[in-house]
Amino acid sequence: MARTGKAASSAAEALGFVEDGATIVVGGFGDAGIPLALLDAVADGGVRHLTLISINAGRGRAGVARLITEKRVDRLVCCFPRTAGSIAFEEAWAERRIDLELVPMGTLVARLQAGAAGIPAFFCPVGVGTDLSVGKEDRSFEGRPHVLETALRPDLGLVRAHRGDRFGNLTYRGTDRNLNLVAARAAARAVAEVDTLQVEALDPERIETPGLYVSRLVAA
Amino acid sequence: MQQAAARLAADLPEGAVVNLGRGLPGLVASALGDGAPIWLQAENGILGVGQIAEDGAAGWLTDASKRPVTLRQGAAIFDLADSFDMIRSGRIDVAVLGAFEVSHGGDLANHASAEPTFPPAVGGAMDLAACAREVWVLMRHRTAGGGAKFVEQCTLPVTAAGVVRRVYTDLATYALPRGGSPILLWQSPSAGIQQHTERSHHLSDRSGQ
Repeated sequence: MARTGKAASSAAEALGFVEDGATIVVGGFGDAGIPLALLDAVADGGVRHLTLISINAGRGRAGVARLITEKRVDRLVCCFPRTAGSIAFEEAWAERRIDLELVPMGTLVARLQAGAAGIPAFFCPVGVGTDLSVGKEDRSFEGRPHVLETALRPDLGLVRAHRGDRFGNLTYRGTDRNLNLVAARAAARAVAEVDTLQVEALDPERIETPGLYVSRLVAA
Repeated sequence: MQQAAARLAADLPEGAVVNLGRGLPGLVASALGDGAPIWLQAENGILGVGQIAEDGAAGWLTDASKRPVTLRQGAAIFDLADSFDMIRSGRIDVAVLGAFEVSHGGDLANHASAEPTFPPAVGGAMDLAACAREVWVLMRHRTAGGGAKFVEQCTLPVTAAGVVRRVYTDLATYALPRGGSPILLWQSPSAGIQQHTERSHHLSDRSGQ
């Protein structure tokens, strides 16, 4: 164990136990930086009544789309569920078997950052007077209206990174960063899948997600 | 719409930081061409987007419309936290967005359509509309059914109120001064704009103001 540290030999082992009704934040934007192996492990584990926090709702039948197709998702907190190929979400939406909370992308990220930072709520200038802010407290700062947004603190974060070491430290590549860095920090427990998993430590100067945030990781 | 995109691209100030929304605004990138003195921000995490990449490009470098892209010299890559901090703090000079409707007062409606079976999607448009220094819209002049899209009052849910400063369509360009009435800056010789707007504003009378 000392030699392998947080490294797991399978996605299922990295994922561990997921409770029914859990809230899971999933990294990725479009097809970029999606933790597909971990999402498959969630589906294989048979968990139900999930709340997923995600930028998109998946494409085809893979990843988030697989979980929606298999009716494991009760609620989706999402910015852009309808994209080319989002057939699983569109079916679930038409059958009214999924509850959608539509959130502006920056507000979704800021709510996760607040959760990560231990800040329960904050005032945000986005969405004032729109149908997405109905019922939210509003207040002016420097003459500009803002709405009160609450933090998101998911039970589990699923992260896709480029490199990881046995301490759980992660680095990323290109626009695969997207929601992954915030997902790792916001969740009570985060697990990662990486292109390259190395035993020796990554260069501390280059680490983007400190291993403290990552409980287990797997090469996938 | 290529001509409307070219009209818009020509109006972007040199050195501006510009975010191009999904759909039609993507045409502005090709209208700008290689080497234009504009910094394109892609909200998925790039400042300094180059061109759409050729086949075989890296899948890990895409723009917000999920197309593989190249980077221009001086570009930076970051995560969504940085990206939306840039947007929310007013560091985007111009957000070019598509729209279902724009009102004469500059209200933007682009996140929810009138079709109840068509799920809404907001993406980063609401953040950009609320916080960019200017919002310019690139859209068709009329709906597929022939209805007006530049209207006195939006009938669809508003994404941000009073924010649109320019509207570029296949038939016309309008400036929307804050708190004022729309000014027709340009119209297609074949447009028949008066026919489209006679029930609200006689916009052609205001050209040249």
